[in-house]
Amino acid sequence: MSYRLTFKEFNNALKKDKLLGLKCHDCGQFTCPPKMACQECSSTNLDIVELSGTGKIVTFTVSYVASEGRETEVPYTIVMVELDEGPWIMGNLTNIDPNKVTMEIIGKRVKLGPRSKVFPGDAYSIGGKEAETGLARPTFVFA
Amino acid sequence: MRRVAVVGTGHTPFTFAAEKSSVELFSEAAIDATNEANLKPRDIQALFIGNVLGDFSEGQLMLQSYCADDIGAFYIPSTRFEGGCASSALAVRDAFVWVASGFYDIVLAGGVETAAKMGTPLATRTFAMGHDSHYEYPTGLTFPGLFAMLAHLYSSKYNTPLKRLKEQMALVSVQSHQYGLYNHLAQFHKEITIEDVLHSFMVCSPLQLYDCCPFSDGAAMVVLAAEEKAKELTDKPVYITGVGQSSSGKLSSQKDYLPRIRAREVSVKQAYDMAGIKPEDVDLCELHDCFSIASIIASESLGFAEFGKGGRLWENADAAIGGKIPTNISGGLKSKGHPIGATGAGQVCEIVHQMRGQVEPERQVEGVDIGLTDTLGGDGVVCNLVLQKGW
Repeated sequence: MSYRLTFKEFNNALKKDKLLGLKCHDCGQFTCPPKMACQECSSTNLDIVELSGTGKIVTFTVSYVASEGRETEVPYTIVMVELDEGPWIMGNLTNIDPNKVTMEIIGKRVKLGPRSKVFPGDAYSIGGKEAETGLARPTFVFA
Repeated sequence: MRRVAVVGTGHTPFTFAAEKSSVELFSEAAIDATNEANLKPRDIQALFIGNVLGDFSEGQLMLQSYCADDIGAFYIPSTRFEGGCASSALAVRDAFVWVASGFYDIVLAGGVETAAKMGTPLATRTFAMGHDSHYEYPTGLTFPGLFAMLAHLYSSKYNTPLKRLKEQMALVSVQSHQYGLYNHLAQFHKEITIEDVLHSFMVCSPLQLYDCCPFSDGAAMVVLAAEEKAKELTDKPVYITGVGQSSSGKLSSQKDYLPRIRAREVSVKQAYDMAGIKPEDVDLCELHDCFSIASIIASESLGFAEFGKGGRLWENADAAIGGKIPTNISGGLKSKGHPIGATGAGQVCEIVHQMRGQVEPERQVEGVDIGLTDTLGGDGVVCNLVLQKGW
């Protein structure tokens, strides 16, 4: 059985600011990021759909200590967003100074920003055609 | 299934960058364990060893094979377990099942790690390989980042003002160091205050330096034997009476339960049910406090406090000696150290030593009959072991 929505396809769409997901034919729920089976009911009967890219922040952190090779990114804000369709997705929040981020942002509505940031990859990250031009990350701004 | 006991323990100090290799650290712990069990390496039928990053820290794969050979346990089946920070707990659980089933009588299980050797930037990067490399690492997620997000979520979900939560978290770290001070095996031997925690530098908001465990090097091993054999080898066997294990998807896929780690609840229920006990029966707990908030979250899922109220165990000294559920009296991951491939086995050793009355008097817990270990690897591989004093 072929993998319905691969990282390669998801990643390429995200670089064009499109958020793809999977809608389950059996239970009607959404799975994003994509997997082989439905997040909710484990069915593999899934359709690729484009999601709205909007949701609300459920939690966050501002990171001051980077992994090797990513020191120039610090500080940066990671958010966990509950998409309007239901799934949670991890991303970055960009239109606020990380040093000004507080608990107040929890619950705020966000949307996928105009330009998805791309992690170019490093010596240890995936190579191959699925990530040739880097790994996009959902990049959110306040809606 | 036969009953299985820990009959020997070996535990190197947990330290900053070691001057010994992983194989060397393993060998010291392994020979100590076999000696304590009054056995020779040739008595060991199989080796189960946890190690996560030997390839990155020393350029060494196949550690398990070299380890068996190094101690003279020639040609024995030797398997490496990779489960992030839960690796050696997985190794001990698996070893237990092989002996309980009757396939082996005497085995060696545990783990080793030399994470501190890698230095912070590489260690941070390699530990982050425990996250989803495609969908979550690109955002810049690291382990402090993951638990930091759980801390903010905890504050929001349970309406605990962040200030109070951070004070509860600080109490966790303070207690860890209070006990680690007396543990000759611990990486840190210094007490800290709440102010020290709250004034240390910010790693990933809201976690500060002392909210976080260090990178560590070290090894811990145990000899497991079937009951009949165990009684010949020692008059102080500690039985493994319950085991549990569970796995999880990436952090975002755990949305239905966060900040609870659902996998822990699944795993510990297996362990409690198998041992026929409830949380209130546990006399001593070694839980996975990689970050201070992790202690609070773990204590709730293990059944020691209601959800949203775990911090009170530390506020009320219930997690201390003399309290309801003495927790991490070894100093835990933050003060004793966290060589990830060895941590789970280290927790088993601590509980065995406490039961045998072999720890430093300043941190000896009296009357430990039942102990619980808890390890969490990556985003959600959990393993729990129930240990019972056998004399």
